[in-house]
Amino acid sequence: MREFGGQALFLDRDDINTDEIIPAKYLTEITKMALQPYALEDLKLGGFDPRRDLAGKNVIVSRANFGCGSSREHAVWVFEVNEINTVIAASFARIFRQNMFNCGLLAIELPQADLDTLFNLGGEVQIEVDLAAGKLRAKGKRQAEFSFTINEFDRRLVEAGGWLNYADQHY
Amino acid sequence: MPQTIVEKIFAAHRRDTPTPENIILDLDVVMCHEITTPIAITDLEARGLDRVFDPDKIKAVIDHVTPAKDSKTATQGKILRDWARRHKIRDFFDIGQNGVCHALFPEKGFIRPGYTVIMGDSHTCTHGAFGAFAAGVGTTDLEVGILKGVCSFRLPKTFRVTIEGELPTGVYAKDVILKIIKEITVNGATDRVLEFVGPVVEAMSMEARMTLCNMAIEAGATCGICLPDRTTAEYLWPFIQEQYDSIEAAVTDFARWHSDPDAVYERELTFDVSGLVPQATYGFKPDEVKDIAEMEGTPVDQIYIGSCTNGRIEDLREAARVLKDRKISEQVRAILVPATPKVYAQALDEGLIKVFMEAGFCITNPTCGACLGMSNGVLADGEICASTTNRNFNGRMGKGGIVHLMSPLSAAAAAVAGHITDPRKMLAMGAK
Repeated sequence: MREFGGQALFLDRDDINTDEIIPAKYLTEITKMALQPYALEDLKLGGFDPRRDLAGKNVIVSRANFGCGSSREHAVWVFEVNEINTVIAASFARIFRQNMFNCGLLAIELPQADLDTLFNLGGEVQIEVDLAAGKLRAKGKRQAEFSFTINEFDRRLVEAGGWLNYADQHY
Repeated sequence: MPQTIVEKIFAAHRRDTPTPENIILDLDVVMCHEITTPIAITDLEARGLDRVFDPDKIKAVIDHVTPAKDSKTATQGKILRDWARRHKIRDFFDIGQNGVCHALFPEKGFIRPGYTVIMGDSHTCTHGAFGAFAAGVGTTDLEVGILKGVCSFRLPKTFRVTIEGELPTGVYAKDVILKIIKEITVNGATDRVLEFVGPVVEAMSMEARMTLCNMAIEAGATCGICLPDRTTAEYLWPFIQEQYDSIEAAVTDFARWHSDPDAVYERELTFDVSGLVPQATYGFKPDEVKDIAEMEGTPVDQIYIGSCTNGRIEDLREAARVLKDRKISEQVRAILVPATPKVYAQALDEGLIKVFMEAGFCITNPTCGACLGMSNGVLADGEICASTTNRNFNGRMGKGGIVHLMSPLSAAAAAVAGHITDPRKMLAMGAK
């Protein structure tokens, strides 16, 4: 199982869709690494510059219905090859959420109030993920700790390093 | 215990229950296209697991970019083609036989009531029109489906969506589903199934039911589903006549999948469509929907009629009603993409292709193409498209492009007017 957590990138908008995360014109690539320069290229978010703002980040923090739209797992892979290991949001679209766990990555849902606190910590925010304890520890100008739960089956997928490993062992 | 149709399908396909919230289902059909499958294939090869669970349950098509537009898309097609040959996948559809997956596979009779179906494509929910549980998945789920014939799901709750009344002239399944998405919102049905019932659904053709189910994902739903009935049996009859003595026998058998009368629904929604008017999207989300009359005069640069939502024969017939003996506006360009070779051939036989051509449309081969900004009609920055597709996301049909979703009739009327307009005015005037 990989390490989770790191520096946070805040995307303060609902309904960020997978076309914005990786536009369809790049789906003709047949390696995950080839997607790397194009992450969040079409994101509609004032002042956001993907190349500047994504560098050095490991955790994306966003709002409701993150990853809606197309089923393209490229939206998860483009995060993975940009060193993003966790997405924290108010809620996820089903397919994106499953794609994250299927790749052994974390999609963590937090209540609205906790997310508001996280968005308002100020400064560069570093997030520690303690999967065993179900705790997030975030440190910016201010600090905060949050509890989270993930589906037990999804936890097993993460521990197995993804759904293919799990399925090959069990079915 | 009373069950919904999806609960019955899940019970009949249960391989494992790893936790009380999750279920592993045996799959009846695993469908593949050239955009999301090649990375699954190369990963299976790299792992030394280049096998398929059952070549007869795997269906594959090159549809998103076809014929290939460049070396990269040619390579994607080649990976899928070589794999299909290597594993003796008989139902592989290449240039000449290929079409938009969610229109082609139903035409071939691959989807049956009670089936479990996955594909690496979010609009797989279309196939719920046949009373199947059909869900879009990512490439890893697809990969496991190819290798093991199983897929994991959370146990879904169901919204029962009852559609009552009678559809007025010029108002279609597309208008109905846009209205429903507006009500439910883009994530109101996440991890839910939308079960479409009521007299309007019962009166709908399979084509219309596919349009309805196609956009269930735009409300976040895992699957849209209709109860299989005589219409389903008649559509499937060429493929099931060996299996049943009569259509009546098929109808009776299909009914075993119907939700029990006292099945439990998480939410009940009722729509009376008798007063519904043509709908269209504004903005960049599929729940940003208005009466089209409120958008009267909105300029457009391109009209696109096609896709897994609205590229079927009935869609072409309805669009042709306002195009016959009319020309498209000089302000616009218009593209028709029949969804499958069968639709194309039938449109030729019925004289519809001539109507579109004489009106000034360009007609392309069946492909997903510009719906997702891949090929055959990509928009330039700032351009506006009146489209019969399913997503109006920012940049969906080309970077900086703007998409308004609507029915084929409404799109055809926009082509003639050169701007968005209520198509019923043109219908009322009749053919010129």
